[in-house]
Amino acid sequence: MTNWSVILNIAKTHLLTKVKQTIIAALGVTFGIGAYITLVSFMTGLNSMLDDLILNQTPHIHIYNEIEPSKKQPVAMYDAFKNSVNVVHSIKPKLSQKKIHNALPIIHYLNNDEDVKGAIPQIKANIFYIAGSIEIGGNLTGINPLDEAKLFNFSDYVVKGSPEMLQKTDNGILLGAGVAKKMSLTIGDRVQISTSKGDVFPLKIVGIYQSGVADIDAIQSFANIKTVQRILGEAENYITDINVKLHNMNLALPKAKKIEQQFHLTAIDINTANAQFETGTTIRNLITYAVSITLLIVAGFGIYNILNMLIYEKMNDIAILKATGFSGKDVQYIFMSQAIIIGLIGGILGLLIGLIFTNIINTIPFKTDALPTVETYPINFDGWFYVIGITFAMVSTFLAGYLPSKKAKKIDPVKIIRGQ
Amino acid sequence: MSTVLQAKHINKYFKKPVLFHVLKDINFKISKGDFTSIMGKSGCGKSTLLYILSTMDTDYEGELYLNNKLITNNSKDQLSYIRNKHIGFVFQFHYLLSEFSVLENVMLPAKKLGEKSFQEIEHDAMQKLHILNIDHLAKKRASQISGGEKQRVAIARALINNPSIIMGDEPTGNLDSHNSNNVFNIFKRLSEEQGLSLLIVTHDEDFAKRTNRIITMEDGKIIS
Repeated sequence: MTNWSVILNIAKTHLLTKVKQTIIAALGVTFGIGAYITLVSFMTGLNSMLDDLILNQTPHIHIYNEIEPSKKQPVAMYDAFKNSVNVVHSIKPKLSQKKIHNALPIIHYLNNDEDVKGAIPQIKANIFYIAGSIEIGGNLTGINPLDEAKLFNFSDYVVKGSPEMLQKTDNGILLGAGVAKKMSLTIGDRVQISTSKGDVFPLKIVGIYQSGVADIDAIQSFANIKTVQRILGEAENYITDINVKLHNMNLALPKAKKIEQQFHLTAIDINTANAQFETGTTIRNLITYAVSITLLIVAGFGIYNILNMLIYEKMNDIAILKATGFSGKDVQYIFMSQAIIIGLIGGILGLLIGLIFTNIINTIPFKTDALPTVETYPINFDGWFYVIGITFAMVSTFLAGYLPSKKAKKIDPVKIIRGQ
Repeated sequence: MSTVLQAKHINKYFKKPVLFHVLKDINFKISKGDFTSIMGKSGCGKSTLLYILSTMDTDYEGELYLNNKLITNNSKDQLSYIRNKHIGFVFQFHYLLSEFSVLENVMLPAKKLGEKSFQEIEHDAMQKLHILNIDHLAKKRASQISGGEKQRVAIARALINNPSIIMGDEPTGNLDSHNSNNVFNIFKRLSEEQGLSLLIVTHDEDFAKRTNRIITMEDGKIIS
């Protein structure tokens, strides 16, 4: 029964004869949605940049041998004391090897797992950088440079030189930026490394590593696994750590638990290791959405107000429409469609403004030493924000139009006509 | 002659501010082609009766028949449809939609009915305007024409769906004698030439005397 072309035609005429009001109502939505898109794109861009800073280079599961006391002290195994309370003083950590036993088969096993994107070995070694008579303490990590680059965006943090150079150079080292600065070294120079046993090795600097975290850059350097094994005088199966990257980060916790049980090793998942990042991200998102929703609600009230006034102005028109055969529903649809048209036009303009704003922000230079890979303000161009934005615009204008239109539906034409 | 509109035992009460019996057992018939006027003093209930007959007021007791079909207790949507198709209205005040052109105002009820194509409706509307001698105003905005012209546009709009009956609530009450006379002649002509039934509430005795039949009301009852 509803004749939409007639209803839309009336709605259109109402909107066009009150162009100013229509524009103001639509602009309310436009600014709301535009601000939402800009805010959410910028905030989530910033969020993911900050998260990437840590999470990209952090393995989803880190497997290693923890130095810790035995969980079951020998006295507990002795049947004679089974029913008594045993107190053991001065428990010492159990002497165990740093290396992961059977590391290569474990890596092979993990790499065959469906959920695992990649598992790669590392060797962590404490060393000293020697500059004349000064010894600077540091960490040397043995890696497979190409695998690291592939799985953990390692090349983002190599500011000079490249992981490929390290792969090619047998006695090469990627020196931490802080160390390089302290010792006034650069690519092509040689640096002396001393192990805890006292052996000294000269290594050639093929690149500079900068993570953005100054404390790490002041001690950390990287070399090929084989180089580190040779420096430490260990065999080719000497591996101290295995880093695992999964396809789905959320599986990290159960997977870590399973690996711990299966191989009797310590496996730490990313969420446990970096719980504070989740919290920060959640709160930043919360603030973003709270501000955006406030903006949209304000816009919604604007539409509500304008439609309410329009309906008061149009009392006579409503009465006459009803008298000539338009039902209450038809009248309601007339005002609802006005609200929805305002929402749609305002919303789409808002998306466009958001897109323009974010593109402008995306070109503003943003240089910081802490983030070697970032050059402009980060923006997250996620299509979902646009879907959410237009949906919210439609829902809020729908609600803002629903209440006044409901009133229009209930207007009794007899009262209006006789009232004059 | 077939009956267009019939009221049986219509009673109506106003509940606010105090209970008041406005219409007391109203019974009458209007046949096809009748040009009937309802007369009576202010407050005797004649307008109240008209709005009940018009189906806009549904808060009454009794039975109402349109073209021999009971329409009391029909749903609101059904009543809207009946108003759209079978009843034409002319009020004391013109009640045109001021943002629309004269032609669009006339076409609106037909578009709502949706039984004809746009071209047919436009043609019909022009024809109605022509009958009322205002076809030259078709493209003007409703707010830009004079009072007498507006009332004629309202009549054209009432005619657009070829209704069974036209109801008027003091259609000449707001017009000077020249325009008032004009409107009467239009009604008279429609009644005689096209056999249209008309039911007009009026204060104007001269107007009423020239109609075929006068229903006089007093204190909520029909007395003649």
